[in-house]
Amino acid sequence: MAYSEDELKKELKDQEYKYGFTSNIASEVIPKGLNEDVVRLISTKKNEPQWLLDFRLKAFAHWKTMVEKRWAHVSYPTIDFQNISYYAAPKGKKEVSWDEVDPEMKATMDKLGISMDEQKALSGVAVDFVFDSVSVKTSFKEKLGELGVIFCSFSEAVAEHPELVKKYLGSVVPSTDNFYAALNSAVFSDGSFCYIPKGVRCPMELSTYFRINEANTGQFERTLLIADENSYVSYLEGCTAPMRDENQLHAAVVELISLDGAEIKYSTVQNWYPGDKDGKGGIYNFVTKRGICYTGSKISWTQVETGSAVTWKYPSCILKGDNSIGEFYSVAVTNHYQQADTGTKMIHLGKNTKSTIISKGISAGFSNNSYRGLVQINKNATNARNFTQCDSLLMSDHCGAHTFPYIEVKNSTAKIEHEATTSKIGEDQIFYCNQRGISTEKAINLIVNGYCKDVLNKLPMEFAVEAQKLLEISLEGSVG
Amino acid sequence: MHQFEYLKMENKKLEELQQVIVQPSNPKKDQLLETFKSLDYSVEGEYYQNLRKEALAEIAALELPTSGTEFWKYTRLGKIVNKKYQVVKGKIDSIQPFLIPNLDANIIVLINGFYNAELSAITEQDGIVISSLSEAKQKNVEQLKSTFNQYTKNRNELFLAINNAFHTDGVYIQIGKNKIAEKPYHIINITTHDNILAQTRNLFVADKNSSVKIIESFVNIHGKENFINSVAELIVGENAFLEYNKIQDKNEENYTISTEQVYQNANSNFTINTATFNGALVRNNLTIEVDASNCETNLSGLYLGKNNDHIDNHTIVDHKKPHCNSNEIYRGVLDDSSTGVFNGKVFVRQHAQKTNAFQKNNTILLSDDAVSNSKPELEIYADDVKCSHGSTTGQIDEEAVFYLQSRGVSRKSAINLMINAFAKDTLEKVSIDALHNYINTKIEERFA
Repeated sequence: MAYSEDELKKELKDQEYKYGFTSNIASEVIPKGLNEDVVRLISTKKNEPQWLLDFRLKAFAHWKTMVEKRWAHVSYPTIDFQNISYYAAPKGKKEVSWDEVDPEMKATMDKLGISMDEQKALSGVAVDFVFDSVSVKTSFKEKLGELGVIFCSFSEAVAEHPELVKKYLGSVVPSTDNFYAALNSAVFSDGSFCYIPKGVRCPMELSTYFRINEANTGQFERTLLIADENSYVSYLEGCTAPMRDENQLHAAVVELISLDGAEIKYSTVQNWYPGDKDGKGGIYNFVTKRGICYTGSKISWTQVETGSAVTWKYPSCILKGDNSIGEFYSVAVTNHYQQADTGTKMIHLGKNTKSTIISKGISAGFSNNSYRGLVQINKNATNARNFTQCDSLLMSDHCGAHTFPYIEVKNSTAKIEHEATTSKIGEDQIFYCNQRGISTEKAINLIVNGYCKDVLNKLPMEFAVEAQKLLEISLEGSVG
Repeated sequence: MHQFEYLKMENKKLEELQQVIVQPSNPKKDQLLETFKSLDYSVEGEYYQNLRKEALAEIAALELPTSGTEFWKYTRLGKIVNKKYQVVKGKIDSIQPFLIPNLDANIIVLINGFYNAELSAITEQDGIVISSLSEAKQKNVEQLKSTFNQYTKNRNELFLAINNAFHTDGVYIQIGKNKIAEKPYHIINITTHDNILAQTRNLFVADKNSSVKIIESFVNIHGKENFINSVAELIVGENAFLEYNKIQDKNEENYTISTEQVYQNANSNFTINTATFNGALVRNNLTIEVDASNCETNLSGLYLGKNNDHIDNHTIVDHKKPHCNSNEIYRGVLDDSSTGVFNGKVFVRQHAQKTNAFQKNNTILLSDDAVSNSKPELEIYADDVKCSHGSTTGQIDEEAVFYLQSRGVSRKSAINLMINAFAKDTLEKVSIDALHNYINTKIEERFA
């Protein structure tokens, strides 16, 4: 299809960030600022039991003693934690049925392409929708309930399944883990909770959609996913935010527990607002994601990172049980002035544990994209195996691509391989495409898609299509 | 050192440094500095004394590295800083045990960080200046002003700053324009007693179109708990060739922190080969600034750890200009409770287009108590480059051992054969035959 240049430009302009709208929904926002009272207020608003308030207060007390570490290869101004509102919720009491959901909210969901009706009918994906601080609607709850699968908002889980939440909350990411995890533990507002009972293979993909709407708020959600023995679940996560000139903070915590023989597949398409082409605005995405694998179990992280002004994220696996498997597949794209420092940690504790890391970074414009990863083979992890491949693609002469792998081996039976390459798209490859009538822009898309294929293939189908589109949009206009 | 800090510090001026808050006194750091109290530098010219003063300001602003210091993450300095040292001149009768068999070279002897003229054997060559550094400081003032201490300032490294401030003596070699050194130079660093602190300082300058090969070996007679904090500055001129071979072979409980600052000019060729056979704690900091086009840089390293050895190699190759190549390979064989650390960093600055940089680290662990930490890093700001790194940690291939066994080779010999092949491959770039043979013999002795 032949584009005229003007058409292409127009399209690019429109496509820049199509989720940048703001929804006009009345919401309740608590005043800015952070102190113990705010933590108590959040807890009270959510009618939380005493133990959870204690958990928050303990985390907050610890957070106050912590200093923000700046080792990541990103730079951003100091965040004023007193200038953020820690709780924002759409007004009104919680809707019970789909029909009662605020029409404006429905419209938002439609725009985001997650119309629940449509999803119900067609794709069979159960969705939990988190809008600003609270979970709005979870679909397919009844159907999942028949199998014993619990999939609900975090607050519901606290009310209805306190024993599970109490047992596992903070067990993988302790409230004292790092600066942003501690902050999250103190002020987290809502999130998703999921429990797959023993031996159950979850029949549909579970999905959470996160949306920041309100200005000057931070989003601090928490996901807790427990796959009991020999169960299986595939979980998707998507995120968007309006276009705003100021930076907003998103500090989430995700904990995965994969008990004996279970398998969790966790996929993320992160598309928070990345800021405009001059680097103004955008989300600071400081996320702690970690999973623990017991005997014979498996956790697979797949992520497509295209959004956020600053990303700081290391989905990790603790391979505690023997024969457990950890996987990490990532595509991280940065354009304009975006900065990403992302990667994974594979901590091998059990025998015969295996891990695979495939990371594909693409940097364009003035962005900086870093892979930072740790592979640690501990003393008792005999016959551990790791394979790591990190490739970086550079699309302009002002961007940076960096690799910081840490490889720590304390066992002589371990086999560790790591390789990384950095290069740009070959002119011969583009020439080859041009020769066959493919425009440069399209040739680049083609090559980038091929380059990311290893990772995109790991995504569930609907997500793979979305991710592919996202890649195109993120990179359009980046090669001149 | 943090990647940002590295880029930033270049532009740091002395005044800025002095404004840095002076770190609160640390008893261990003070104790270390106390060692140098008796040293007297009053014979040196004012220019050199000022350099030492600048370094003192740097020391005041730097903290003793801890496990939280990224650049020292895998190396604990407790062993070094918990001891008391002395700076003394020493004597030995013969250097025979430290010579490399069949090597025809100029011999320069440094004992406890001081130049020893009697034991040195140098053949004079026209156009080549060779002397102790202290002598050069008086005689070759003009040349030293443009070279000495030029690339070691404000590097944000405490031990480098300590050497800047308190170095005793060392070797100055200047190969004049268009000169080719006829024989290699072999510098022997010897420590003689217990608790010696030796601060060697060398300066090697290869002028335009010159060529030179240098060997530096670090050895000791007896004596334990010595600490060598050596620094070498190497300046490779236009079209020049410089090969630097470093042999670290100190027995018993001895500590080494060794820093090389290399600066490459246009079309130059620099090769460094580091072989570490022993060392309770060895830390090599190698920084190569490739500040002109069409340079070639080769870095090779072999480390063989046993007992409680801790061998740490940190390298930085900083590509600042386009059209340069660098190749790096470090290999380790770790036995017993030894630890090997490799941290290689390749920087490619924004203007250094068409850079090819390769980096490789392979480690074999022979024992369950051995530890390998590897951190190959790439930091790339230019797009038209080819850069890659690879890192593997593993053990001898069982199938290969089986193959050899099925042909009548005993298991032990088969394993040794494999290790020999793995280790010997590393230092292929050593171009001095006698040295090459010497290294191979050392490997064979270890794995026989």
